[in-house]
Amino acid sequence: MFRWLQQFPHFLEILYDLLEEGLSPLKKWFKPGGFSEPLVIAVEKLGKGAVFNCKMCGQCILHSTGMTCPLNCPKHLRNGPCGGVRSNGNCEVKPEMVCVWVEAYHRSLKMPLYGHQFASLQPPMNNQLKGSSSWINMFHGIDTKIPKGWGDTKDIPVNFIKDGPRD
Amino acid sequence: MDLVTKEFNPSCSRLEEILRAGHFAVTAELNPPDSADPEDVYRAAGVLAEVCDGINAVDASGANCHISSVAMCALLTRAGYEPVYQVTCRDRNRIAIQGDILGAAAMGVLNVLCLTGDDVSSGDQPEAKRVFDFDSIQLLRTARTMRDQATFLSGRKITTPPCFFLGAAANPFVPPYEWRPQRLAKKIAAGAQFIQTQYCFDLPRFREYMHQVRDLGLDKQAFILAGIGPLKSAGAAEFLRSKVPGVVIPDKIVNRLKKTTKEKQQEEGEKICIELIEQIRDIEGVAGIHIMAYRQEELVADIVSQAALLPRPII
Repeated sequence: MFRWLQQFPHFLEILYDLLEEGLSPLKKWFKPGGFSEPLVIAVEKLGKGAVFNCKMCGQCILHSTGMTCPLNCPKHLRNGPCGGVRSNGNCEVKPEMVCVWVEAYHRSLKMPLYGHQFASLQPPMNNQLKGSSSWINMFHGIDTKIPKGWGDTKDIPVNFIKDGPRD
Repeated sequence: MDLVTKEFNPSCSRLEEILRAGHFAVTAELNPPDSADPEDVYRAAGVLAEVCDGINAVDASGANCHISSVAMCALLTRAGYEPVYQVTCRDRNRIAIQGDILGAAAMGVLNVLCLTGDDVSSGDQPEAKRVFDFDSIQLLRTARTMRDQATFLSGRKITTPPCFFLGAAANPFVPPYEWRPQRLAKKIAAGAQFIQTQYCFDLPRFREYMHQVRDLGLDKQAFILAGIGPLKSAGAAEFLRSKVPGVVIPDKIVNRLKKTTKEKQQEEGEKICIELIEQIRDIEGVAGIHIMAYRQEELVADIVSQAALLPRPII
């Protein structure tokens, strides 16, 4: 219904920033297991579902993936496209669908605030968070709790280069 | 070649030693048999071992059910061969994968190739559940953690860590083209020390890719082995490019096969393959070739010999 909004990734990344700021005063009501949790989940599902076809993984990385939900990739990849992308840029598994990561890449190029995060290494998903609210998880640092062995990947230098040759 | 990884960890892998010594390496795929007879693995491996430095044990090629890659590796190490253990994320979750990796190390496997894997829909059992608990980059980093930190992903200690030469795949021939070298950078950052690419039939595209790879300095951070393979016939080429995910074959090559009489097509396909090897060898930054020829080991031997890549270095 509101999928067309994804064509404006810069607008969405600004909205993302505003939302984070705007919701933070409400932090005390955003509690895992709190009375408001079902309501927050419902609102998040409705809003992000309409725009991003959000799958409620509970550990949102939309701003690192060109404001494109990576869970729409049939292989649930978190670190970029697989080698099966078709020559026309469509998905290996769903030939009628444009590859989620091809879209994510092109949208990232249009995101001055968070576009560079497309290059960052994303840890494996926490499957325990499926169905929970990523907003609540974000406010309580639950979504950034990663397996110990993964270590800190923030300082790994992988640069996102935007001015490569165009095809 | 001046190639030093930051956390250099000598894996004792022959393949790694050959590459570090600056030899032009040759690896080949061993497609797993549908058989419980180990002789079926040994028969194919015996032919390949004569002509290449590493034998890739394919993990359910094309998402079709075959003998498992870890079992094939166990058979190969037992007989003194040098397998490259292919691991895909399609069929197993992180618990199974880490267990298999450690088990493979215990059986003497020294080379691991971390792959995302073809989707279940391209195989003989498309109704199967796809797992993809990891993606290839997460798998790479986890394997590296197991080796360098001596822990599982959870942080739990491994008493004797594996010594691996870690590899990844690359496909320069599919969109988003201009980002593909950056994906390679990401894989190297996650732990890849060698790369085996998808079939290189589109040489202009591959040259452009390697140009960008060199600009990023990636050819100095990992050994890049270009994927090649013989086309049996024009029909086989059409099948490969339409049915196998990620394979791109330019019309020029398919037409060249079509113009040849049916009986001579296999010979022509082999000729194309050898020509490609010769041209790929001249591309700066390519450290070797990786031959993929589905169940045609004799043909692989013939190609390596005709491309003047024999004898293989002895380490």
